[in-house]
Amino acid sequence: MDRFKKIQWGPGALALLICVFLVVFLIVPVAKVVFVAFQDPNTGALTLVNFVDFFNTSLFQESFFNSLYVAGASVLLASIIAIPLAYFTTRFNFGGAVLIQTLGIVPLIMPPFVGAVAMLLLFGENGSVNLLLSDWFGFTIPFMQGLNGVILVESIHYFPFILINLSAALLNIDRAMEESAQNLGASGARLFRRIVFPLAMPGYVAGASLVFLKVFDDLGTPLLLNINNMLAPQAYLRISSIGISDPMGYVISVILVAFSLFSLWVSFLALKGKDYATAQKGGGGLMKRDLRTWEKVGCYAVVILILLMVLSPHVGLALLSFGTVWSYSVLPDGYTWAHYANMLRTADTYIYNTLLYAGLAALIDVVLGTAIAYIVWRTKLVGRKWLDFMAMGAVAIPGVVLGIGYLRTFVEFNVPIVDKPLASWWVIIVVALAIRRLPYALRACTAGLQQVSVMLEEAAENLGATKSRTVRRIVVPLMTGAMLAGFVTSFATAAVELSATIMLVSAQSDAPLAYGIWEFMQSAAGRGPGAALGITAVLIVGIATYISHRVIQRGEKQRSAGAMVAETI
Amino acid sequence: MTESTTEASTEAGELHRVNHGHRAAGVSIRGVSLSFGTTEVLRDINLEIEPGEFFTFLGPSGSGKSTLLRAIAGFGPTPTGAIFIGDDEVTGVPPWRRDVGMVFQSYALWPHMTVRKNVAFGLEERKLPAREIDRRVDAVLDLVGLRELADRRPTQLSGGQQQRVALARTVVIEPRVLLLDEPLSNLDANLRVQMRRDILELQRKLRLTTIFVTHDQEEANTTSDRIAVLNDGIIQQVGSPMNLYDRPANRFVANFLGTANLIDGRVENEAGQFVFRTEDGTRIPLSGANLEIGAGAAMFRPQDLQVAAGDGGALAGKVEHREFLGNVIRYSVTVGSHNILVDDSHHAGGRIFSAGDHVVMDLDAGRIQVLPD
Repeated sequence: MDRFKKIQWGPGALALLICVFLVVFLIVPVAKVVFVAFQDPNTGALTLVNFVDFFNTSLFQESFFNSLYVAGASVLLASIIAIPLAYFTTRFNFGGAVLIQTLGIVPLIMPPFVGAVAMLLLFGENGSVNLLLSDWFGFTIPFMQGLNGVILVESIHYFPFILINLSAALLNIDRAMEESAQNLGASGARLFRRIVFPLAMPGYVAGASLVFLKVFDDLGTPLLLNINNMLAPQAYLRISSIGISDPMGYVISVILVAFSLFSLWVSFLALKGKDYATAQKGGGGLMKRDLRTWEKVGCYAVVILILLMVLSPHVGLALLSFGTVWSYSVLPDGYTWAHYANMLRTADTYIYNTLLYAGLAALIDVVLGTAIAYIVWRTKLVGRKWLDFMAMGAVAIPGVVLGIGYLRTFVEFNVPIVDKPLASWWVIIVVALAIRRLPYALRACTAGLQQVSVMLEEAAENLGATKSRTVRRIVVPLMTGAMLAGFVTSFATAAVELSATIMLVSAQSDAPLAYGIWEFMQSAAGRGPGAALGITAVLIVGIATYISHRVIQRGEKQRSAGAMVAETI
Repeated sequence: MTESTTEASTEAGELHRVNHGHRAAGVSIRGVSLSFGTTEVLRDINLEIEPGEFFTFLGPSGSGKSTLLRAIAGFGPTPTGAIFIGDDEVTGVPPWRRDVGMVFQSYALWPHMTVRKNVAFGLEERKLPAREIDRRVDAVLDLVGLRELADRRPTQLSGGQQQRVALARTVVIEPRVLLLDEPLSNLDANLRVQMRRDILELQRKLRLTTIFVTHDQEEANTTSDRIAVLNDGIIQQVGSPMNLYDRPANRFVANFLGTANLIDGRVENEAGQFVFRTEDGTRIPLSGANLEIGAGAAMFRPQDLQVAAGDGGALAGKVEHREFLGNVIRYSVTVGSHNILVDDSHHAGGRIFSAGDHVVMDLDAGRIQVLPD
């Protein structure tokens, strides 16, 4: 019994510490938001009156349905983009597979709001494409008009979620699944409908519900496109213009959280008990066939068209950052470095802040992620699953909601030495970023830990190493790759986070890059430097993504060596 | 399954009645060759498989046995030559119109369907009336003893149960030919023995022409009416299991089926008496009258020899090492430059030789076969 206590004491204390952190910075703020939503603003009594008010106000009704419509339509458009791409790569011997893989990564290295303004200049009413269309054919297409713009920008950005999940599902279908159906008499459309489609469905639904969640919660894109009649912008505007006591922001937050949970639940249901990875060693994937020449031309045409669409925010942003004046013309009038010079002069604080905040947040995430992974998978602590559950729960909390929660919860908590409310101290931004990105880092660390065979640890213990020495000498070194990957993922996504940050930045000098881009983009004159700052963000995220990709690849090699050890035993 | 299959023999009859008698067809493979790029995987295969026969393709991995089976089912590139099922040529016919049932090595059960839906699939594709489908599915599930598990998903079943579902799903359509692609390789040893008996029983009951692919000689020997031994895409020999073991056509077959002693040398005629002479001068008398003179290999099995203590004689040597195999002790004896394996049957208190002991071996000339080079 004594021994048992000795072994469990360290992890127990650690778990308690993490638990306190998560409760204070995740559970309490969110609970506060929910509580306020159900509280009468005057008397403080519990009531549904705020929700009644919400649904009786036409602006909120409109916002609610707009958000639903935009999220639904984005899922549809993203599916139209992703499904052919996934099908081409898995069904045909198609040389464009590399192109398609690139397509899957490129959008993710830039947050959607950064490219939104550039998209206006390319696809807007007087944008390049419509100017050409009206010159040549005498008509224009309202790509970016009103909600269309949000839908276009969001689906171009988020379709990779569907592409990646659906491709994985299709790749996991064993050829024998199709062959056995053919053997029993099925072919063509029936074979697809009865076997391929149902087997790929869970992957598709998982991807689609993720797209729905992301679009439904997104704040930056509608704000940048000046679309205010949606839920997330309304929540932000109510809090920032009317004030922290206005209940509508809280009601909207509750609705956002409810829909997030709903999407996650759908995705969970889709994947639950359906580990359809049927592929056997060596024989994986659907039957592939060669393309006829005209089919190949068609495939390439589709892929290149989609590639152009996907790259357009980046291209537009680059043009904007180098262009002198770009208005009512297909391309900018001239090119200059002035915006970059301007940016370096005025925006160096943004860049510095971003590197500091994202770096600190990623560090916290990796430390927490490793600790939680170890506690959950290697100890027998009571309630350890709840720790994991709590940390992963951050996925369901939109940035706006976390931001509002922090404002409300920590506004009265004065930090002693700096003598400021915690809600307006820069450290709170770091904490918000860390909480929001913790699930990504935790997932990476968990995957890393699961690759380390318990037997490797047992061998160390057998040779006299204590638990903590084993962790330090065996587990952590073997997990380095995964931890680094987790760090970079957290860093890259935190560097361009806007929705929580925008609520928490209290002084210009504390603002990070994403906030800076948003600020610049507010005025026509700021667009050039804003775009230059956007390109800088893309570079930071792009380099970080590349590094993490390399690290993961190297890690896989290492891990497969580790797995081999486990297998031979 | 043995218990349930004995009980279920009436269901087998039932399955037959609803299928209007059996439709077992023979398979005829004529001059079939196939290449993947420049690699020839099948070379001029000719085989006649009789209706109702349990026929096995036996060979090491890469021998082309699975490719040949898949070609019969219509999977993979179309080979040259012709394949007939019954009287119909099926070369180039897509898999879904061939009416041959295949059980996949991985079982390939669809995880999104229950056992019942999996088994009903082929009948649904054949557009049978729902009541007929229900009846036949129930009958076949009784036959394999899985009626109670009909509403489970494949992932909720054990390996052996999955195997039986795969088998039921295939035989329920009463295929003209049943193809089994290493169906036992994913089962553990005990279950494997049980399942092969069950498969054989089912095959006899339904009188299905069955082609079985395996690399395991014991599996092939215990189930098959006839075996075709394949190596490098070429059929080495076709025959009954005993025939292949007793009269192998070449070194490959001799080695692949059981353990063989193979000694290089020449058949010579010494004054009307045929002898086999090796390079180091060992001389082994042969029986038989019409042996061909020339180079070859003398083949005999370890149990064809008698071993005794002693020195001198045609087959005298020194024990190199011994292996205790339970029923026999296998000695490796050095004779000249050859190593000869000899099995001595073992019983408690029996005599045992040790490494270094000098022994003489007695070999009945009638047991020796000379294989051509």
